[in-house]
Amino acid sequence: MHNMTLKLRVWRQPGSDAPGKLVDYAATNISPDMSFLEMLDVLNEELTRRGEDPIAFDYDCREGICGSCGLVINGVPHGPKPATTTCQLFMRHFKDGDTVTIEPWRARAFPVIKDLIVDRGAFDRIIAAGGYVSVDTGSAPEANQIPIGKDVAERAMDAAACIGCGACVAACKNASAVLFVGAKLAHLALLPQGQIERERRVIRMFEQMEREGFGACSNEAECQAVCPKEISTKHISLLNREYLRSLLKNL
Amino acid sequence: MILDGKVPGGPLETQWERHKASLGLVSPANRRKYTVIVVGTGLAGASAAASLGELGYNVLNLTILDSPRRSHSIAAQGGINAAKNYKNDGDSIYRLFYDTIKGGDYRARESNVYRLAEVSVDIIDHCVAQGVPFAREYGGLLSNRSFGGAQVSRTFYARGQTGQQLLLGAYGALMRQVDSGQVKMLPRREMLDLVLVDGQTRGIIARNLVTGALERYAADAVLLCTGGYGNVYFLSTNAGNCNVTAAWRCAKRGALMANPSFVQIHPTCIPESGEYQAKLTLMSESLRNDGRVWVPKQPGDKRAPKDIPESERDYFLERRYPSYGNLVPRDVASRNVKMVCDEGRGVGTTGRAVYLDFADAIKRLGRDTIVERYGNLFEMYERITAENPYENAMRIYPAIHYTMGGLWVDYNLMSNIPGLHVLGEANFSDHGANRLGASALMQGLADGYFVIPYTLAHYLAGAQLNPVTTDHDGFKEAEAAVRERIHTLLSIRGSKTVLDFHRELGKVMWDQVGMARNEAGLTDALHRVRTLRDEYWQNVKIVGRDDDVNKSLEFGLRLADYLEFAEMLIIDALHRKESCGCHLREESQTEDGEAKRNDADFAYVAAWEFTGVGKQPELHREPLRFDFVEVKQRSYK
Repeated sequence: MHNMTLKLRVWRQPGSDAPGKLVDYAATNISPDMSFLEMLDVLNEELTRRGEDPIAFDYDCREGICGSCGLVINGVPHGPKPATTTCQLFMRHFKDGDTVTIEPWRARAFPVIKDLIVDRGAFDRIIAAGGYVSVDTGSAPEANQIPIGKDVAERAMDAAACIGCGACVAACKNASAVLFVGAKLAHLALLPQGQIERERRVIRMFEQMEREGFGACSNEAECQAVCPKEISTKHISLLNREYLRSLLKNL
Repeated sequence: MILDGKVPGGPLETQWERHKASLGLVSPANRRKYTVIVVGTGLAGASAAASLGELGYNVLNLTILDSPRRSHSIAAQGGINAAKNYKNDGDSIYRLFYDTIKGGDYRARESNVYRLAEVSVDIIDHCVAQGVPFAREYGGLLSNRSFGGAQVSRTFYARGQTGQQLLLGAYGALMRQVDSGQVKMLPRREMLDLVLVDGQTRGIIARNLVTGALERYAADAVLLCTGGYGNVYFLSTNAGNCNVTAAWRCAKRGALMANPSFVQIHPTCIPESGEYQAKLTLMSESLRNDGRVWVPKQPGDKRAPKDIPESERDYFLERRYPSYGNLVPRDVASRNVKMVCDEGRGVGTTGRAVYLDFADAIKRLGRDTIVERYGNLFEMYERITAENPYENAMRIYPAIHYTMGGLWVDYNLMSNIPGLHVLGEANFSDHGANRLGASALMQGLADGYFVIPYTLAHYLAGAQLNPVTTDHDGFKEAEAAVRERIHTLLSIRGSKTVLDFHRELGKVMWDQVGMARNEAGLTDALHRVRTLRDEYWQNVKIVGRDDDVNKSLEFGLRLADYLEFAEMLIIDALHRKESCGCHLREESQTEDGEAKRNDADFAYVAAWEFTGVGKQPELHREPLRFDFVEVKQRSYK
């Protein structure tokens, strides 16, 4: 494959209160082996040389695990390749001459800070409301005292694999966070360690989710389709069951 | 100055117990009177902040990222060691201690390493209680795998995402303390200076990465949990935001930097593909459990790996190290990979790669087992290279991965500056000249969960701490200096970008201060770094403002520090005229090309005191004593 030229349309927004707009750029001499973010690095170098403000976007590990990066690429969070974060998307999945539109996550609960950077503090506040087992350092029993079935541990791990990137929210027309919340609840509800706080956890996390301004679920499963870790919507059903269970128990 | 590590002495097995019994305490009612700043939210920072919050201290916790859940510990793949001996294969605390001391090539403190091995078992208990979904056997008990540098199976893991799961466990504990109000979380903040008052650590200056505002935070102690400095080499497996700035600012305030030249180069990374490359991606060392490393016997053999018959392949690690085979420690593996590539037997378009082949393992175990063990790693490889590792042998090459060197600390994890404690990768303490696989997670959590809660109390109980507010001159002076540095950098408006300079620095460091080092190359590197630094302050181009999100400015400030720090790293490498662990001096090798230590002259920690930019730092030595292990030339043959 030869190097490519792409037409980029990038969301530029100077700050959270300032209006934003799509700005056109040409990305030239793009190698198919570049990652999407390396393509933006190359463009930013060019902008810097011209004295223009580079495009602001979040990233850190660039290996698909930290959850920092997240761009809406041609309308799809993390772009066209399934089960892939933006940083692990490679330019070989684009064609010479393509027009590529790049936007930030759009959700009321994720306000834009600058350009493509959004504030996902709402996710931290949901976790703070109960996404853990309350165990103080030093008080744990011997690790093998509570056996856990291999299948249970595997299912808990499937749920715990969430990287908190927020693509699920960005993909949802209601900007719902139920996949994110459901995954954390499932991880802990499956394990014996998570049982004691099960009811309190779901109520508190659910209420925090609503306070943050995330929308309701309308069962279209776009969240699952864009999730880079392929977290399943069955965790949303679990969230609903856990919530009901908790309400019934408290009647 | 001869440094005193303040090790407890007496029998090794009871040192930590006796030490704990002798430490001062802060009563529950008094803890709320103390404020502690924790910089960083990786395994060390998050576990420390959570544990101190649980104890009732007021904690201010900073991260440069948007959330504590994203710190780079999250990227650790393979596992965490613990001396549980669940496998009945002869493991023990002593054995883990011994392997770690030997793996570090006898350049770590015995007492620290023994304590690390001792608390390793508590870490597993605690993480399981938090709900970390470690891999399990069918009977429901915890599963283990083996890792480099050990002949027992003691590594606990959660698929290829062990770091992620341990970090999310610590993050959960941390957010519970945020919820209770005991920890105040300050995301998108970067520490840019340390504030000393009357010789004691009393706070920091941080930059708010959203507004650009410089913020002052006062405290009774500071815990630096800011990771390593691998990005001084530009390309590494570290995350983009990993940097030396916080540690270097402390060094410039008088904290000693120990063994900065001890940098680990990880053998199994995906080879570089082009000039634009921003980072290198690690493939977990656990792959070497089942993957076989080889190159063609003949230089320049361009056949596809499948077409090269067994008899024309050289499984060079198995051949040279029959007892450890593909599981030799990282430094040995990396060096051998470099050697066969230097012989012209490297593969791939650049010739800087070797094969890591799973064909035999797939035949022996079946594809399903390989998918279960390494599925996500294989996916990652395919995503990056567009090649299927189930069908074709992987290509790998070493890359900068971890820094054993760091700020000097005593047995209590306190630097030579009172109140400044350093945890995890940011300190130098446990891995000597080479870290064994699955030991970084262990150290980060040991320091944060099980060491600092005791030793910090001791400091606070014994220190005379007068009330200090952020109006103190120490804060004003530090903030003014940071502001000045920012304005100077922004006003240069030269013609080369921060990335241009960083690439140049990286090239010098990798070529001349990388896997093999010699006097002439190091001396030349020193000269080049100095020249580059001078040019940087005259010709760097950073656009944008200081009162805004400005990543170029963030990276520009970090690179300015790397350009100063690199000099100290090279000076350390120059002075250590022996090979040890990851530090291979070409002048000091055995006849068959193995690293040759010089215990008579170099059995010490080299701790460097900053004396001014471009000036020779002052060397302080902490002699290393080995009372409980026999010091030998390492052999994995």
